[in-house]
Amino acid sequence: MRSLVLVSVTLLTFFVGATAQAFCGFYVAKADSELFNEASQVVLVRDGKRTVITMVNDFKGDVSEFAMVVPVPTFIEREQINVGNQAVVDHLDAYTAPRLVEYFDSDPCHRVVYEMAAPSARMDFDEAAVRRQKSLGVTVEASYTVGEYDILILSAKESDGLIRWLNENQYRIPAGAERVIGSYLKQGMRFFVAKVNLEEQQKSGFSNLRPLQVAFESEKFMLPIRLGTLNAKGKQDMYVYTLTRTGRVETTNYRTVRLPSNVELPVHVKGQFGDFYRTMFAKQTELANERGVFLEYAWDMAWCDPCAADPLTADELRSLGVFWLDKPTGNSPRRGMAPQAQNVFVTRLHVRYDAEHFPEDLMLQETGDRENFQGRYIVRHAFEGADTCGMAEEYRASLIERQEREAKMLASLTGWDINDIRAQIPGLPQQVDEPWWKTIWN
Amino acid sequence: MSPRIPFIDPRYYQIAVLSTLVVYGTTTLGFGIHWENALSIVVVALATQYLGTVLLTRSSFDPLSAIITSLSLTLLFRTDVALLAALAGFIAIASKFVIRVRGKHVFNPANIAIVSLMFSSDRAWISSGQWGSTTISAVLLIGLGLLVLTRAKRAETTIGFLVAFSSLLLARAVWLGDPMSIPLHQLQNGALLVFAFFMISDPKTTPDTATGRWCYAALVAALAYVIQFVFFIPNGAVIALAFAAPLVPLIDLLSKGLHYQWRPSTAISQTSKGVSNA
Repeated sequence: MRSLVLVSVTLLTFFVGATAQAFCGFYVAKADSELFNEASQVVLVRDGKRTVITMVNDFKGDVSEFAMVVPVPTFIEREQINVGNQAVVDHLDAYTAPRLVEYFDSDPCHRVVYEMAAPSARMDFDEAAVRRQKSLGVTVEASYTVGEYDILILSAKESDGLIRWLNENQYRIPAGAERVIGSYLKQGMRFFVAKVNLEEQQKSGFSNLRPLQVAFESEKFMLPIRLGTLNAKGKQDMYVYTLTRTGRVETTNYRTVRLPSNVELPVHVKGQFGDFYRTMFAKQTELANERGVFLEYAWDMAWCDPCAADPLTADELRSLGVFWLDKPTGNSPRRGMAPQAQNVFVTRLHVRYDAEHFPEDLMLQETGDRENFQGRYIVRHAFEGADTCGMAEEYRASLIERQEREAKMLASLTGWDINDIRAQIPGLPQQVDEPWWKTIWN
Repeated sequence: MSPRIPFIDPRYYQIAVLSTLVVYGTTTLGFGIHWENALSIVVVALATQYLGTVLLTRSSFDPLSAIITSLSLTLLFRTDVALLAALAGFIAIASKFVIRVRGKHVFNPANIAIVSLMFSSDRAWISSGQWGSTTISAVLLIGLGLLVLTRAKRAETTIGFLVAFSSLLLARAVWLGDPMSIPLHQLQNGALLVFAFFMISDPKTTPDTATGRWCYAALVAALAYVIQFVFFIPNGAVIALAFAAPLVPLIDLLSKGLHYQWRPSTAISQTSKGVSNA
């Protein structure tokens, strides 16, 4: 029996994997660089009603297991679907990632790997299924093969018909899906179902699944996250990168919070930046009552300072769907260059969500805010040469003060023990005498 | 009003509440209010109020309403262009003097400034999601406090709007089969509550009779719902108020009542150029 389970992954999708034990989202530790378990990435290009969405499938299992279901607001033609380039999304990720200033860390916070071990469970949308779908009130409005994917556009009269159809086609839908699917159907949404065409995949020569892109026109500027929360084990992380013409994007139905930034931290954070960042993010999420959407980057795409990676080229932006760019000129923006009028503003949002704290889909709006923001963390090395003048003494004294300040900052951002932090700073007194009452309640 | 209770202009209470929200929003919630914007709004609004009073009316200069308008704008209106902030202050107050029907200004000043600039510039917006859920109950309490302190005078618009809008959201959830956590989440929106307690409630721009105010509140709620859930434009309520405001003179024609006076002692005869319907 080819039983399939709905594996929540992305915001608006659910990946359909194999059996329950092959649940997606185990973190494969590779180093500090791979930070967040159960994360997904979406690039949204939006201008007026025109939207291009790029969904990253970080699926590492047997590709015959892969399938995903995405609610879409309109009918989708074959030409509206494209298979994108993972490298471009990785570049966008690196460009917008929070950074340690002096080290230009190219990829501190980056995408996440899912490991999925799974038995074979190939899905076929065979003829019998097509006949059956009619009796269930399900309409396969179109079916396409795009790159390595077979894609169906489904609409249905009732959610139970669609769910029965999905079940009969080897999707095992978790409890609660019926309600959500029913809600989307009543809102006039269709379902975009993708699976891997093994033949095409072999021909393509790509071992990993490439991102799927869909272009459509809709008044709705939103990300449907409700399906993704259905059978998630706890919270999931999602990165949303938006590329817009005017300014920063924010959520209208949740608080968009700027991550603490431009703070000075002890030098040893350099060696554990990933750990620092992950802990700080968890702490900030808690402070926002687990209902915050965090702004990690907002910048005019033409430049950066400092650059975690070069800005994206016009070709890369166009491949992500930035349709308003002029014809290629061959001049790509360069690292740290003065602004060039590209009319592309990038926003990076990071949200940790579950059904309890994020009951409603993310509703978005583009604002007129062109103020730049970046997650930027500073480490300053002490002067290590010999003290050869009278000023040195003053400097050493101020250095202790500064290091103490940095240690406190790190403790407050992460909740780490202040004395553990002090112990890692050479030359800093380990125990600073503090009034006894300071530790009673804190 | 009971004659034994000394009259306190409810606008003092509004100013205190709105100032507190501005300070709290800036210091704790990270509203991103630029001080130069706030300053531009206040200075331009007060200057416009002064000039308008001196040049166009025979009344004496009263800064209270202009201050409330400035605070509402500071709280709700976002832009990173100080000139637009100044323009918002000007449009808000000037609209009171210029767009009048039968002695009553048509638009809520802050509302028309926000909506006109949002539609005409891509550098102006409302950050309705910035309040955070913990603030909501505080805003709700403060708002209810306002109703009590002002002895629920003309509170029909606030209550009517909240009841009608909540009912529509609940009905939508029932129809879609959504959990109740969704409409509850939609109602826990600070901007919506500020709108309900401090904008639509403006007694100067709402109908003169209680019946008229109930109808008006329901109409704004229905429009807000359509804008937000049929056309998918955020901040439906704020936009709806601007579209519904021109209907107030019509509602007043159909149901005649008294124009509202901030200070009862100033009496009807002293309304600025106004002729009461009474």
